[in-house]
Amino acid sequence: MEMTEMKDENRKFKIVLTFCVMFIFWLLLSAWTVYLPEPYDFSKVSRGVLVALIVTFLTYEIFVPCRGKDVLLKTQRFIPYVGWELWQIYLATVDVAKRVYGILEVEPEVIEFDTTLRSDFALVTFANSITLTPGTVTIDISDPERGRFIVHAIAKGPADSLTVDQTMQKKVGYVFMEE
Amino acid sequence: MLAIDIISTMFLAAGTFIMITGTVGLLKFPDFYTRIHATGKCDTLGQIMIIVGCMIYEGFTFITIKLLLVTAFYLLAGPASTHALMKAAYVTGVPVWKKGDKRM
Repeated sequence: MEMTEMKDENRKFKIVLTFCVMFIFWLLLSAWTVYLPEPYDFSKVSRGVLVALIVTFLTYEIFVPCRGKDVLLKTQRFIPYVGWELWQIYLATVDVAKRVYGILEVEPEVIEFDTTLRSDFALVTFANSITLTPGTVTIDISDPERGRFIVHAIAKGPADSLTVDQTMQKKVGYVFMEE
Repeated sequence: MLAIDIISTMFLAAGTFIMITGTVGLLKFPDFYTRIHATGKCDTLGQIMIIVGCMIYEGFTFITIKLLLVTAFYLLAGPASTHALMKAAYVTGVPVWKKGDKRM
């Protein structure tokens, strides 16, 4: 009896969350730019509600697969990480530009290493971060159980920053609490 | 108005320059993996620069939010597509260039 109640509770939570996200998305993308100059009209907004409802009932199981833990804290830690990541994107482009115009050497190598990350979100974030930071591109996550990554590095320096310094692993681990 | 024009043009020019750098890298680098390095990285920042230029030119409207969303999706999709190409090459056994090898 309690199990079914829990399930119902979870289902309700998923539906409400998906609907909110879909409706806000609809408002941002279409409602304001098109309808803002005119007086408020419920029939127009109701179309958005209708579409959001249809999408919600089709996709809520995929959109919110399970109820996460400490979502607010993780989000709070994720925002500074995005700022740091943007700075890394700038550094990455400068690094590649130097190699393109012949200031730095190109000595590629393929490296493999384990991390402490396990959850899907953490693995995806880390894989994308590797690709965006200077001199390294993710090839594959060969063993998600052990957090094993195969990475192509364009020179020795960038490879060392992943295997020796491990700054980014620590940052992602801190964000997703999987140190 | 003139200041806005100048700033947005600077952003657009920087973005274009970065994109061109990526293209030069694509032509110059020795093997498949390093070429993906050049395009994958330069495209991200080039795209951000060009979109920021557009945002400044347009001023703050709801189009700005759409442009921000485009940037956010690009930050997710760009690395994912790079990764898909790399994995496909690695799995099918495209050789990795080492220093001193012939250009591929």
